[in-house]
Amino acid sequence: MIKEILKILENDARTTAKQISTMTGTPSDEVAKIIKQAEKDRTILKYKTIINWEKVGDEQVWALIEVKVAPQRDVGFDSIAERIYRFPQARSVYLLSGTYDLLVLVAGKTMHEVADFVSQKLAPIEGVQGTVTHFMLKRYKEDGEILEGREEIRRQPVIL
Amino acid sequence: MSIRVQGLTSQRVNQIAPSGIRRFFDLLASIEGIISLGIGEPDFATPWHIREAAIYSLEKGYTMYTSNLGMPELRQELSRYLKDNYELDYDPDSELLITVGVSEGLDLTMRAILNPGDEVIMPDPCYVSYSACVILAGGTPIMVPTNQESNFEISAADIEARVTNKTKAILIGYPANPTGAVMSKEKLAQIAEVAQRHQLLVISDEIYAKLVYGVEHTCFATLPEIKESTILLGGFSKAYAMTGWRIGYAAANKEVIASMNKIHQYTMLCASIMAQVAAIEALKSGESSSAEMVEEYNRRRLTIVQGLNDIGLSCFESRGAFYAFPSIKGTGMTSEEFAEKLLIEEKVAVVPGTAFGECGEGHVRCCYATSLADIEEALSRMGRFVKKHKKV
Ligand SMILES: Cc1ncc(COP(=O)(O)O)c(C=O)c1O
Repeated sequence: MIKEILKILENDARTTAKQISTMTGTPSDEVAKIIKQAEKDRTILKYKTIINWEKVGDEQVWALIEVKVAPQRDVGFDSIAERIYRFPQARSVYLLSGTYDLLVLVAGKTMHEVADFVSQKLAPIEGVQGTVTHFMLKRYKEDGEILEGREEIRRQPVIL
Repeated sequence: MSIRVQGLTSQRVNQIAPSGIRRFFDLLASIEGIISLGIGEPDFATPWHIREAAIYSLEKGYTMYTSNLGMPELRQELSRYLKDNYELDYDPDSELLITVGVSEGLDLTMRAILNPGDEVIMPDPCYVSYSACVILAGGTPIMVPTNQESNFEISAADIEARVTNKTKAILIGYPANPTGAVMSKEKLAQIAEVAQRHQLLVISDEIYAKLVYGVEHTCFATLPEIKESTILLGGFSKAYAMTGWRIGYAAANKEVIASMNKIHQYTMLCASIMAQVAAIEALKSGESSSAEMVEEYNRRRLTIVQGLNDIGLSCFESRGAFYAFPSIKGTGMTSEEFAEKLLIEEKVAVVPGTAFGECGEGHVRCCYATSLADIEEALSRMGRFVKKHKKV
């Protein structure tokens, strides 16, 4: 049941416990309890929206930073990853397989700000062997949502 | 002097009564900005992988006629699909026919099996094409009333009571349009027994087979000793959101398929190759995209059934397709009055039950293949409407 509830919330975080109760046939107070618990144990991390900031002329600069790291005894990549993800500028941090180790998504107001963060904060961290910065030029799809030119479903008003 | 065309159209066609709800349709066309619960097709576009397969086929030059029966690869996939899902064996070379939707399948079936005056027994209310196809093929539809008390299931005893020496076949379609009814294996088996006792063919329209919620769909042909005399009609329109592609299939005994194919080859030649390629992709890897849509329909189903009951339109819990069929008797209006007034006063479109037969009177069809937000808005408007018009 919890998976079904989470799926509904992931798709629309505003769905109320009462609505979920109807949709799943689970009593409303039980739904509320499950959600509370999921929030408490951080199964639900937070509720957020997907916004196309360009629409309000508020462009942030995003960059994907490939980071090559020398793993450390006992803790592997984790401690270096932590030193990176503690910075609020690092919006997402992933450990990857392949030619580099960590992928860091960085957001800033200007290209300068991002570049400064990389050269002054990220690259000097002990154990970081090298970085490659890719500035994002255009967003086509975000978290499953197509930003522009989403298809419209056109149907006849009544089909028997 | 020009020829007077009036009166020159076929009597057989004229025999089909014009839809009683023509006025409703005219009204509908004149109002803008409605929320429609009247659209009997998915609100999803065809899953991308299926569309992509068709696009690729066009690029590769798949633009020709196919075999009359349909592309061999599609028939093989279909044969495998029916085996995997129902453990049914259909020979892809002689027992399967790819049709232009279940719509064509219904027409071909009737023309292939009926002699003038033959009777076909079917539930009332039912999908609009059933009786029309029988009449166009020279047969006579015999309606079996069904009602909310029995969840709009057709009873074997009621069928048997209507069997005459002219009866040729029983035509059923579960999960059902317009009621959303699903029939259990046991009750379908009773119908199979009636068919056997009286040597009748059974046409089973299973276009909504995949759209069942919390119950299992029983494929009629899997019932004991009935496969040979069953004509199974299946489609892609609803399960894979492919209504506009116009593709479906018939699975039956090879004599029947040969007869159907005789008509098909002269009147249709073959189903569109692009749709056939898309259907192959749907059968090969459409399972998960179809399952996702079913999950979403189920949430909407529970929301609308509960919502309708809450506003005082009593509604049985339909377990299939994407229709709820609430009773509107408490308002004292006829189905058509209800639908017209609701459209004018609240801009919500539902379909009067009478569009699907006399026994649809007192009900309206609400299709939940539309977004949850629209369903909730429609429910709130209908609630206001019912309150205003309720007979005390
Ligand atoms: C019960 C039933 N059968 C058949 C059809 C037609 O299906 P197709 O698109 O395969 O022609 C419909 C469409 O609404 C339907 O509801």
